[in-house]
Amino acid sequence: MATTTRTVEVALGTAGVDAEGRAVRTPMTVTENGQVTTLEPPAMGTAPELEGEHMLINIGPQHPATHGVLRLVLELDGETVVRCIPHIGYLHCGFEKIGEYRQYNQVIPWTDREDYLNSIGNNVAFSIGAERLFGVEVPPRCTVLRVIAAELSRIISHLVWLGTTCIDLGAFTPFLWSFQERENVYNLFESWIGARLTTTATRVGGMAADIPEGWTDQLRHFIRSFPKTVDECDRMLTKNGIWVGRTTALGVMSADEAINYGLSGPMLRASGVAYDVRKDFPYLDYETYDFDVPVGSNGDVYDRYLVRVEELRQSTRILQQALDRLPDGPVNTDDHRVILPPKNRAMSDMESMIHHFKQVMEGPRPPIGEVYVPVESPKGEKGYYFVSDGTAKPVRWRIRPPSYVNLSAISKMVEGHLLSDVIAINASIDIVMGEIDR
Amino acid sequence: MTVPFSPVLPGSANPGAPAPATPRNLPQKGGEPNPTAALIAQTFPALFVRSEVIWGDTNVYVHPHGVSEVVRWLHDDPSQQYDYLSDVTAVEFRDAEQPLEVVWHLRSLPHRRFIRLKASLDKRAPLVVDSVWPIYKGADWLERECYDMFGITFTGHPDLRRILMWESYREGYPLRKDFPLRGRFSRAEQLRQALSITTEGRYSMEELSVAQAFEDLPEDMRRRLAGGERTGE
Repeated sequence: MATTTRTVEVALGTAGVDAEGRAVRTPMTVTENGQVTTLEPPAMGTAPELEGEHMLINIGPQHPATHGVLRLVLELDGETVVRCIPHIGYLHCGFEKIGEYRQYNQVIPWTDREDYLNSIGNNVAFSIGAERLFGVEVPPRCTVLRVIAAELSRIISHLVWLGTTCIDLGAFTPFLWSFQERENVYNLFESWIGARLTTTATRVGGMAADIPEGWTDQLRHFIRSFPKTVDECDRMLTKNGIWVGRTTALGVMSADEAINYGLSGPMLRASGVAYDVRKDFPYLDYETYDFDVPVGSNGDVYDRYLVRVEELRQSTRILQQALDRLPDGPVNTDDHRVILPPKNRAMSDMESMIHHFKQVMEGPRPPIGEVYVPVESPKGEKGYYFVSDGTAKPVRWRIRPPSYVNLSAISKMVEGHLLSDVIAINASIDIVMGEIDR
Repeated sequence: MTVPFSPVLPGSANPGAPAPATPRNLPQKGGEPNPTAALIAQTFPALFVRSEVIWGDTNVYVHPHGVSEVVRWLHDDPSQQYDYLSDVTAVEFRDAEQPLEVVWHLRSLPHRRFIRLKASLDKRAPLVVDSVWPIYKGADWLERECYDMFGITFTGHPDLRRILMWESYREGYPLRKDFPLRGRFSRAEQLRQALSITTEGRYSMEELSVAQAFEDLPEDMRRRLAGGERTGE
């Protein structure tokens, strides 16, 4: 009896990896009446039976799985990627050029828009850098509020990563769970700053606003409820055969390669390098917080997932400690070089009014100098490099974009893998095109 | 699966060193320099120009023709181990007399050190400097961006093309100070150029191995490829 069969490739990758370090895939045959037969895996290392011309396939720039306007030109041999040529620049807006024509506080809105999933974290990073350039110290309450802001922002960014990666790999439920929690964080931001996505929360020398009454209670509620969602996603994915099969042994970077390619953040730590800017070049008193740096061992997509999920938990720990130590006091520095005078004095006192006018119209002037201040953004090491010539506008404002450098290794990571794995590897980099193209 | 695994720990080269802390009250000038700066001056007296400490970071100026030699030493010398390239960028000052500076931010993970290497390029001569790509693969896109934005040629870079701007971009180098914020061309000319771009022609035939078989392709496919269309359709 002749039966029409169709071969379905199913990854049962928990079984292990083959000699070339790729997950073992077991093909299955499904007959018409639904009987499933598992075939022997094809012998590896032999020449392919059919030789044909290579095919070019173009992913993006408008494609949901490229997480923005990224274009990948792939040269395929059958289904295997022989070469990958990434094209970027579709979202280039010239942020660095515009920054040279703006006062320091006027640049902060641009930092929202570059890595838009981490906008408040960028605001914090910018202010830390600018304050070092001005030689200004901020009060302790401001420092702790910035830690809270940066860690909430890390949680948002990782949640978006988790949700979108699950969508890319065919799982819809964790996307809904993670985006629901993300809404909670955005509600917190909204009640603090008034904006959800483009926060512009900091100023040079302080914050745009102190937290409102009762805000810490909302945050405590979030800290209590949020780990349950992380645990649910963890239970759903970490030991899920499909998830493990589609992520293990893909896009492997060894520790030495990862360092040499300049990878940072979860990408670097998944490869087994325990480098975290918060620990190694601390800022915002991160050395006084008790948290762990998760480190992977294989450097594949699965380890990057594990690292990011663990970072969600560690961020919650940091948030708890920051809430417990949140001191009272002012949020803005009293350094008159960067801060506006109080409004009632500006309206009643001539000198304060002149001071207010000069601060707004001319802008604060840093001394001649340059700083590069790296911070641990959710994507990796983000650094703002300022060069000042003593005027109110920076000579050079450079963003060291972590996902730009991470993405530059994509050709190395995808070559030799299957076309469907390109999506998984690209998702694991956690790119934000706003930051890459700037 | 029990595989012995030991992560790479930053700061492991000097275990007795104090734990890093948030820098406070940094002086604008002066302070303790990175010990590497003095060693560069000692090892490369002909290439070293000067060094300074600014807001706690050490700047080392070297001659542009010796950059790859110094960086190679910083990367390979067991007492230095600057294994991580954070950033490659350039700075052009508003004062037209001042030279253009190329900046490398290097980091030693084992020693937990940071150094900023600089090379001054005379703007009247061609802007050429060594590529550090043979040492750090991560320099690939960073140097391409620097070329794209400033027009600096990195000798030894394998694939120095524009990266953020498109390849037929003719207005110059956007981050140079003589480049106006709105661009050089009029809006009408910018629009005309944008409309005349072959959007599918953004990769060159030569960078794809299908180009080697170009002559064997059917005539209509060759015509479409030469016009910038993609294959496989």
